[in-house]
Amino acid sequence: MNVKHRAVKLSVHPSRGLVDEKFVIVVQSVPPGVQLTVHAFHRCEGGHGWEAFAHYVSDAHGSVNVSQHASMGGTYSGVEQMGLLWSLRPVPGTKPGLRLRKMNVQTPMEFTISVHLGYRTEGFMDQAALASQVVERWYMAPGVRRIPVTKDGLSATLFLPSGPGPFPAILDLWGDASQLVEYRAALLASHGFASLPLDYLTPKMSQDTSKMVDNSYFEKAFRFLQHHPQVLADRIAMLAISYGSSFMLKMLAYSDVVKPTCAVCINGTHMQPIIAKQEDLFAFYNHYSDKIQVNEKKQKIMKMMWLPITSDPTLKVDVGRVQCPLLLVVGEDDQSWPSSESAVDMKEMMKRAGNSHLLTILSYPNAGHLIEPPYSPHSKASSFRSISIQQKTLWGGQCVAHAYAQEDCWKKMLAFLHHHLYAAHYGPPASRLTAKF
Amino acid sequence: MHHVAVVTFKAGDKGGADPRLMTAQGSRGMLEPIPTDFGRQAGYTLNCTPLCRRASAMSQGAWPLLSVKPTRALVDEAFKVLVENLPPGAPVTLRSLHQSEDRDYWEAYGHYISTSTGVVSVTDDLSLGGTYQGREAMGLLWSMQPVPGSRTGLRLRKMNVRSPMLVSISVYGGHVSEDFSQRPPLATVLTERWYMAPGVRRLDIKDRGVRGTLFIPSGPGPFPGMLDMWGGGGGLLEYRSALLASHGYASLALEYFLPGELASADLELAYFEKAFEIVTHHPAIIPSRVGILGLSLGTIVAMYLASESTVKPTCCVCISGGHFFPRGKTLSAVHQMVYGDIEKLHMDDKHNLIWRDIMTISSDLSWKLDVRRINCPVMLVNGLDDQNTPTVEFAEDIFQMMRSVGKDHLLTRLEYPDTGHLIEPPYSPHFRATNFIWDSKKGKVSILWGGQTKPHSDAQEDSWKKILAFLQYHLYSRQSPRARM
Repeated sequence: MNVKHRAVKLSVHPSRGLVDEKFVIVVQSVPPGVQLTVHAFHRCEGGHGWEAFAHYVSDAHGSVNVSQHASMGGTYSGVEQMGLLWSLRPVPGTKPGLRLRKMNVQTPMEFTISVHLGYRTEGFMDQAALASQVVERWYMAPGVRRIPVTKDGLSATLFLPSGPGPFPAILDLWGDASQLVEYRAALLASHGFASLPLDYLTPKMSQDTSKMVDNSYFEKAFRFLQHHPQVLADRIAMLAISYGSSFMLKMLAYSDVVKPTCAVCINGTHMQPIIAKQEDLFAFYNHYSDKIQVNEKKQKIMKMMWLPITSDPTLKVDVGRVQCPLLLVVGEDDQSWPSSESAVDMKEMMKRAGNSHLLTILSYPNAGHLIEPPYSPHSKASSFRSISIQQKTLWGGQCVAHAYAQEDCWKKMLAFLHHHLYAAHYGPPASRLTAKF
Repeated sequence: MHHVAVVTFKAGDKGGADPRLMTAQGSRGMLEPIPTDFGRQAGYTLNCTPLCRRASAMSQGAWPLLSVKPTRALVDEAFKVLVENLPPGAPVTLRSLHQSEDRDYWEAYGHYISTSTGVVSVTDDLSLGGTYQGREAMGLLWSMQPVPGSRTGLRLRKMNVRSPMLVSISVYGGHVSEDFSQRPPLATVLTERWYMAPGVRRLDIKDRGVRGTLFIPSGPGPFPGMLDMWGGGGGLLEYRSALLASHGYASLALEYFLPGELASADLELAYFEKAFEIVTHHPAIIPSRVGILGLSLGTIVAMYLASESTVKPTCCVCISGGHFFPRGKTLSAVHQMVYGDIEKLHMDDKHNLIWRDIMTISSDLSWKLDVRRINCPVMLVNGLDDQNTPTVEFAEDIFQMMRSVGKDHLLTRLEYPDTGHLIEPPYSPHFRATNFIWDSKKGKVSILWGGQTKPHSDAQEDSWKKILAFLQYHLYSRQSPRARM
């Protein structure tokens, strides 16, 4: 194909969007029946290149529509409208074990979508594309405000939706990470929820005193939201993933202060000793660490540490005491946490206690541990640098199934949160109300 | 985006509050204002009756939820405005607000009633009143007008295209038509409207005396090109070229005189031929695929280049113009002849100048361009209520001339009823008459452009789609004979 005499048109619509919105990629003005590769490239904040690509054949009109046509191969196959995002992987030659995460949420992620002649699998940077388009993907919608919170020793960020407020709120607990992860909360604020991602592992007070936080830290965070002038005191939810779930479930069952309207737990477990201090928790992990298995790729299968699920009630949060609607999201192929087994056990406990009507379980076959906002690339295993452990951890999950789980779960999670925080209201007892004005 | 706010009612004015909203909120007693310390918002809560011992700050029932999707878009992309969790059958007002670069405020609003499930969808529901009526998904943009108390004769145009237009969309309880700034909204969403897509590059052009701005689409190129010319208002308006680049056309917005300085500009047509050459020779542009877009005075230039000049545009779009061109004159002299004698012009009852009556079609070839010599496809876009130029009559004459030599198949005519002179990109507000600096020595006049807002806005939306399809066909899809697989 003599490209000098031909103008190939590539459009990505929309070219600016939130990270959970879909786009449509269309290639036009090529001859019919031509083999093409559509390619996506992103340079992450760490400076590494990520790419995805797919092979298409143009139709009789001389066009390719990624949302309608099937990919013949590449980093995904079949009809996958957003495949170029969720199948992204580090470019060849990158050090292994990376994870793609945006830490500065005030700028967009920029992707370059391009179309190349023929079926290509490598060397995309060496030859000019037929056409390309820059696409922006945002965690923060216009008008969303980002406010660092350091009051009372808290280490958090408050994201407020645009508008006069006040708003329902979400206390967002990430997992075992070395810094505050904001992107999910920023995205939730873009959907109308005041969101507070809370750093409970490396807050300044811990760094100063070398002591880890205790339950009162979470209660302080919850109270902060309740007293905030732009938060509706009686419409506060909790959301936690992985390690954060352990704290959340404990609060739900035992705290007199933390009484959320509803809660979402992603790949967490209720198994833990009922003790106040984090140091004890780590001691608990270390005690059972010899149960961890290592696979043939030298990746640690952490979940073996927990199994089988104990029947000792002192080693589990009594979820029969939970009083608010609870959504459990489970990746059935989670290799690092016993999410699936824990969910089954939690359901049993709640049935026996008579509060299982509060429980909804979304269980996704072949999905792994790191269930992120939609279209995030899937990380099957990565170097995991947490406070306690430095190793390659196997997260699990099959790429396509995991991507579907992320998309489906996010929709359902938003619907759950909207239902309980916006649409419905249960009239909590007057004793829980705080004066707002 | 979904936002929420305390439902508010006018203090002490139960008549101003909608009884249906009060019922749905579960009111069992009087309303009392409670002062707050944030914004201008006054919070209202339900007072206790003996049956209901609730403390203040109790948020009852559902919470209204406003979303606009998408919140970031190009100016010609549609959005969906949705309000949920309202009481059923609740009257609400949706309002847009924008502060222009000149610091004037523009607004539009529509009155709606929620469904039995408490939903208002601007895309699906009917506006019962406001600045627009009926089922109008984008009415909150195209029906915008200056807020009461603004200066008169304003026109809304973005000069800095590197930043987006910020438009806030709000929902209010009840059917509100005035004093919006005195009432707090139930919720507000901020949206960005962009002329430039990500990756579009903007280059200043100063080459052999030619002045303008070139917008190059995202990607390696080369791209089909466009020469983009505005009309008698002068200056350099970039937004249409920026938008064309966002659609894949490297477009040169050409400056050819400063506002009010046309008389002294004394431009020769050679200036435009040079501009066209600069576009065709630019390394980012495919020389065999360069089109021309002109509006108003710019169409005379466009038609000259397409008919009597040595350059060969691939295709031509002429908006609100004609082929009126006395022989041997420069462009400024032409304009001077037509527009020079302001004293002779008619005025409407609002003292807006009506120019269209001055121009007449002549069968004398010395008064018009010889469009029989055009060899490229031409699209003419005109409004039947154009009060500035008799464009439809011109179009008919152009058609007759081209038909006389068997070239009428090259011509596409789009003519829109109740549409005025200023046919802009979609969702731009309509201006029936605005201030215009004709001559900087003579100051501002007010010119009648014509058109009624709703049909004019429909014409903008329809014509833009058709212009883009025309350009895509001739500049992208249609293959030159030299192309090979």
